[in-house]
Amino acid sequence: MNRVRMTLRVNGEEQEVLFATYKTLLEVLREELNLTGTKHGCELGECGACAVLVDGEPVLSCLELALQCEGRDIQTVEGLARGTELHPLQAAFADCGGSQCGYCTSGMLMTAKALLDKEPAPSRERIKEAISGNLCRCTGYQQIWEAIEQAAQRLRTEAKA
Amino acid sequence: MNAPGKPPAKTRFDTIGKPRRRVDGRAKAIGELRFADDLVLPRMLHAKLLRSPHPHAVIESIDAARARAHPGVHLVLTGDEFPVPYGIMPVAQDEHALARGKVRFVGDPVAAVIAADEHTAAAALELIDVSYRPLDTIASPEEGLAKPEPRIHDYGEQGNIHRNQAYEFGDVEAALAKSAHVFEDLFFYEGNTHLPMEQQAALASIEGDGKLLLASSTQNPHYLHRQLARVLQMPAARIRVIATPNGGGFGGKCDPGNHEFVVAKAALVLGRPVKICLTREEVFYQHRGRHPVLMKFRTGVDARGKLTAVHLQTLLDGGAYGSHGPASTFYTGVLTPVTYELPRFKFEACRVFTNKPACGPKRGHGTPQPRFGQEVQLDKIAVKLGLDPAELRLSMVTKPDSLTASWLRVGSTGLAQCIHKVVEMSGWKARRGKLGAGRGLGLACSAYMCGAGVSIYWNKMPHSAVQLLLDRSGQVTVYCGATELGQGSDDVLASLVAEALGIDPGWIRCVTGDTGITPIDLGSYSSRVTIMMGNAALQAAGKVREQLAAAAAEQLNTLPERVVFSQDRVFAGENPGNTMTFVEAVALAETKFGTISAVGSYAPPKAPGKYKGAGVGPSPAYSFSACVIETEVDAKTGWVTVPKVWIAHDIGRALNPVLARGQVIGGVYMGLGEALMEEQAFRRLPPKLSGALVHRTPSILEYKSLTSLDMPEVEVALIEDPDPNCPYGAKEVGQGPLLPVMPALANAVYDAVGVRVDEVPITPDKVLRALEKKAKGELPRVGPESFPAVPYPQATFVLPPSEGGDGSEAKEGRKAA
Repeated sequence: MNRVRMTLRVNGEEQEVLFATYKTLLEVLREELNLTGTKHGCELGECGACAVLVDGEPVLSCLELALQCEGRDIQTVEGLARGTELHPLQAAFADCGGSQCGYCTSGMLMTAKALLDKEPAPSRERIKEAISGNLCRCTGYQQIWEAIEQAAQRLRTEAKA
Repeated sequence: MNAPGKPPAKTRFDTIGKPRRRVDGRAKAIGELRFADDLVLPRMLHAKLLRSPHPHAVIESIDAARARAHPGVHLVLTGDEFPVPYGIMPVAQDEHALARGKVRFVGDPVAAVIAADEHTAAAALELIDVSYRPLDTIASPEEGLAKPEPRIHDYGEQGNIHRNQAYEFGDVEAALAKSAHVFEDLFFYEGNTHLPMEQQAALASIEGDGKLLLASSTQNPHYLHRQLARVLQMPAARIRVIATPNGGGFGGKCDPGNHEFVVAKAALVLGRPVKICLTREEVFYQHRGRHPVLMKFRTGVDARGKLTAVHLQTLLDGGAYGSHGPASTFYTGVLTPVTYELPRFKFEACRVFTNKPACGPKRGHGTPQPRFGQEVQLDKIAVKLGLDPAELRLSMVTKPDSLTASWLRVGSTGLAQCIHKVVEMSGWKARRGKLGAGRGLGLACSAYMCGAGVSIYWNKMPHSAVQLLLDRSGQVTVYCGATELGQGSDDVLASLVAEALGIDPGWIRCVTGDTGITPIDLGSYSSRVTIMMGNAALQAAGKVREQLAAAAAEQLNTLPERVVFSQDRVFAGENPGNTMTFVEAVALAETKFGTISAVGSYAPPKAPGKYKGAGVGPSPAYSFSACVIETEVDAKTGWVTVPKVWIAHDIGRALNPVLARGQVIGGVYMGLGEALMEEQAFRRLPPKLSGALVHRTPSILEYKSLTSLDMPEVEVALIEDPDPNCPYGAKEVGQGPLLPVMPALANAVYDAVGVRVDEVPITPDKVLRALEKKAKGELPRVGPESFPAVPYPQATFVLPPSEGGDGSEAKEGRKAA
């Protein structure tokens, strides 16, 4: 089995990791780095549960080979909180009911973060569009839209302060 | 003073009713919550299942020698290692962890490989040589009725009929003959699946003391525990099942799964941890979802449209195994008389085995199908008689504290309020029929149970139990076997105990779903957890509170019954300045009584019906819902858009409105998926390939479900009329709100374009076909055209309460009544 040793930058930290060359970013995150906050629902790029940010863009980590990620900036749900304080998106998901079973939550949060990083005041239609590749079977999405709106509001207030 | 264990009556609440972050909200938002596939143990091996490519075949031989010799393979298991069958219901023990002798559907597990990693296991599956002799297959219940041979199972009623039953409450033919109008309609409800975002996973290991531990994404650790003991032929006390937080269940993780037995057996054989995670395709084949059901409603009404009698016939496509089928069969009828007053009711149901993945319980279990039929038929009745569909329903909602014709006790009901509320919110009176071409409104209602009145296996023990343990630190630990699926059961548990003890829910630690530690709760199914676990929790909290009150009263110079618990403090009711902290009160109680602990348990009240079969349908309480849906139908494409949904749900009391509202919107979401697009449908491969019955769309991409862009805004009203049988009055909300969605949508399509699609999903092709018929002047309807001759048995005849009798079968004098 071909293995490769590589340095990956995950949540701002450089990590040296040895993995089989066929492994996806999802598998390396979960199985080699024990970052199990990123979930899988299909491993075929259909559900969005495994979304992480690579260089700030939402990427389906089940479709991305870890090999392709050398030197790139990878962000996962584990890197979202600010120390012990929740990121406004995390707090809003918890407060608004944006997370029921929690399985799609990591992918939703990272996708929403990419949106708010670019568009601090998205319309509800934009929010719906941005997360349309992330499936959720519990919430019916509405409380997720509300959570993203609440987080956007708080982030804008923080930015002004 | 309260009777021992009786929770304190409260009118003002600290916690309950206030929107609150759920107790597990933080863990979910930071990715900290560990689901089954997130668990890793040293020396862990991985399992993969070899599944049958044939829908029905005799296994002539299995040669696993090459797989066993494959580098990295530790073990190969086949049906030889699993002689004992299992099944969630005692009357349907018809599955083996790995097939023995024959396979019954494409996807039936035949062998398992346990290897160093998943890739090696998958490669070794290819090296197992299985010789099959294909048998004739059964693709539908109609085919199953016509072809008694070959039998898929060697048990059941006859041929390929698994279950067949008939009940009659009062003379239905006589009532129909006297009715002003009789309506006869056929409906079909296609099967669909749960599609939880988390694929089933399980990790088996041997604990330090030699006991077996299975951590699994199961909704029902207790039933799984019993089945493991049976299949593995081990004492249950040497097995521990931990239900990991489920990444969604919706009923799909209720049945014990083949994979769970396989990894448990492998861990026992190898003495090493063994994990499995099903692929998404395997989850589609594991299924246990909504039964496809064909229905015939013959319904009599009086001149004002009120129901006089219903004769309901159902035909269920059961798939290849029993699963919950005996219960599912009942549920395609038994709750029908709960929503509206129905003087007489006849219900015949038949479940047929077919060579497809087994159907089982999905959110609403058996009830969405007849709900769809009845609510669409009521819409037709209203149109025919020139009545407002909302007024027609309001004229006949069941009364509080009444008995149905089938001897179910309806306790509290807020259905009339629900209807008034959705009529008001949606502007029903001003807008229905007046929205212009292609736009319409539809209304439907429903009722659902708050937990099944009897356990899946017969016993008289509690259905739920809760243990509380407090110590001088002020920590309150709550133990219960209930399983957190995302529905918020841990939050319900914490909030009820917090309210009873007057503390913040953040003080409480919930330990749930672990058969090695927690007292038994039957599981997260049948919308039973809030009511049953909740009542058990309040009983335990009531006992603890008495001890705390007795100890605190001495210090506060008051009587125990005057001690008040609120906002983390304990004080004398007559003098709130006379106070101590909750922590101080616990320390005083521990000093006075020793360690502070209590248990509470709950069993539902005895049901009034006495006839055989009366055990399915009774519940401590029923929830009610009403829903209005707005549609826009594109006459050129048949595409149905839903701009808005209004729904009112009679929840008794909303313990945490954020969660309650989330359950309602989530139910609407899942209902819209069933109404518009979701189908677990199968097709035959061409004979030159194999003639196999394969899933049409075993992937998330092709199995259509609503995305964020498809989901309409939902306006939710929670109707709060506390039910005396429920903890602080709280009824269920997990399943009921799904039920009115499908018929409300169908009725809205009719209001928009004047066509009836009498089956779900209501896809654009069906709408177009109905519109074409309308254009040609034909009956503008698409739906089933005929109902086969089903050999239903002679009905068990029971007199309705209004006609005398005592709820027993009337063996004689049926017509004399």
